[in-house]
Amino acid sequence: MHIPDGFIDGKTAATTALLSAAGVGLALRQVRRQLPPRRVPLLGLAAAFLFAAQMVNFPVAGGTSGHLVGGVLVAALLGPSAAIVVLTTVLIVQCFLFADGGVLALGANIFNMAIIGAAGGYAIYRLLCHWLPGTRGRVAAVAFAGWCSTVLASISCAGQLAWSGTVAWPVAFTAMTTVHMAIGVGEGLISALVFLAIQRARPDLTSETNGTHSPQPWGELVRYGLLAALGVALFVAPFACSWPDGLEAAATKLGFEHKAAVRIVPAPAPGYQIPGVRWATGATALAGVGGAVVVFGLALLLARSLVREDANEAHVAKP
Amino acid sequence: MIDNWIGHHHGHRDNLLSRLPAELKLGAGLVMIVGTVLAPPGDVGWFIGAGLVLVAAAALSRLPVWFLFKRLAWLSPFVLSVALVNALQPAARGSWRIVAVRSVICLLTIILVSNTTPFSRILRVLRRVHVPGLLITTIALMHRYLFVLVEEAERMRRARASRTFARRRRSRWHTLATVVGQLFVRASERAERIYDSMCARGWK
Repeated sequence: MHIPDGFIDGKTAATTALLSAAGVGLALRQVRRQLPPRRVPLLGLAAAFLFAAQMVNFPVAGGTSGHLVGGVLVAALLGPSAAIVVLTTVLIVQCFLFADGGVLALGANIFNMAIIGAAGGYAIYRLLCHWLPGTRGRVAAVAFAGWCSTVLASISCAGQLAWSGTVAWPVAFTAMTTVHMAIGVGEGLISALVFLAIQRARPDLTSETNGTHSPQPWGELVRYGLLAALGVALFVAPFACSWPDGLEAAATKLGFEHKAAVRIVPAPAPGYQIPGVRWATGATALAGVGGAVVVFGLALLLARSLVREDANEAHVAKP
Repeated sequence: MIDNWIGHHHGHRDNLLSRLPAELKLGAGLVMIVGTVLAPPGDVGWFIGAGLVLVAAAALSRLPVWFLFKRLAWLSPFVLSVALVNALQPAARGSWRIVAVRSVICLLTIILVSNTTPFSRILRVLRRVHVPGLLITTIALMHRYLFVLVEEAERMRRARASRTFARRRRSRWHTLATVVGQLFVRASERAERIYDSMCARGWK
């Protein structure tokens, strides 16, 4: 999802750069205030870990493979502010060292993956942890938040591409969301498995008292939430607001685009195009909500199946 | 193995482009990228001019042509896919060409700058433009331990592959996740040791 240069125009680049600078500035101030000096090298090592972990390929069907992106995983391990710093570092190094993601698009990439992906995903994770207690709840929360953060980041990315006039909003939204709803399942699953592996090996590293979390994260989350809301209001809302008015006007044009998008991106499930909803964006949004419910159920099932094994193993392993 | 993934071209340090100061290269690269992004689609002169400058710079850098092509091909799936989506829109037909030209020029600029400038120089420039110190420390540490951890992951993956014979996907995902989890545990233990050695050398 790294946007290269040339895909977003000057106004989008400038706006996202400002939003990201504000977010990263807040995160740095927060980290400087709460992180003990002992933990400072951990940020750099966590960034290097994320980069190395992204090179471990998980086999998916038919010879293809997927890998971890890791925003929510790092946020669950280190807290939202540290995660924003870590992901910003990864994006800067990928941009300047490997030309992965553009220089002018750096602000947009940081906004999508660090602020929306990691901090937004962390907010979902913490909310779920409130409702679902215990290790099982946390594993389910990581899995669901991993899926949500992938999808939310892709919607924000589609909004930026549309705001720049590179790709029309219905096409960008349909294609990006559909692809990332599938990718997100893998991301949630890998994040949950890795989180559980760390939890089994070193429970102290996953606990919220390991020195990198602030005891009351809601204050910082509200600030990142305001930034994210501002960005969403700029990139996504203009298109969302014009939905009812532009319906007839766009129908003729969309008749083709809708088909084009479907041809390139095969639907993950046969019932994906909900009958009666002719508009691709509406169908995608509805399917996204349905997908969220299904993924939430799957996350609960996953946690149930994994953590029961965990309890048995712990029982056997401990003398 | 690592070279295939993140191949950087070392050697040829004695060419003209590598000897230029990092500030100049980064500044010129930024001008090139900003100009290319802001240039109106009809401004063919700018794109041809930028292309000529890049070809000249590539010749001066003495980087092998196949290396540049390989890097471009490795980085262009996103470019190709968006160009494809765009090409199928009747209203915007034609505009995808400008998107593709723009992103190839920008990619080539970053590839040339990053392969002729040591990363520590780029960090020094970032420090000079007042990027916060904590971020610089984190970037420097990440760059230092990036290759260490990539190799560590590769060793763990090889050790895992030589010990397990499971063909089932489910158990492979489990073991791979354990490898990644263990990598984080080792990274955080390494961070503790790094802090101790930083203190021993008088950091703070």
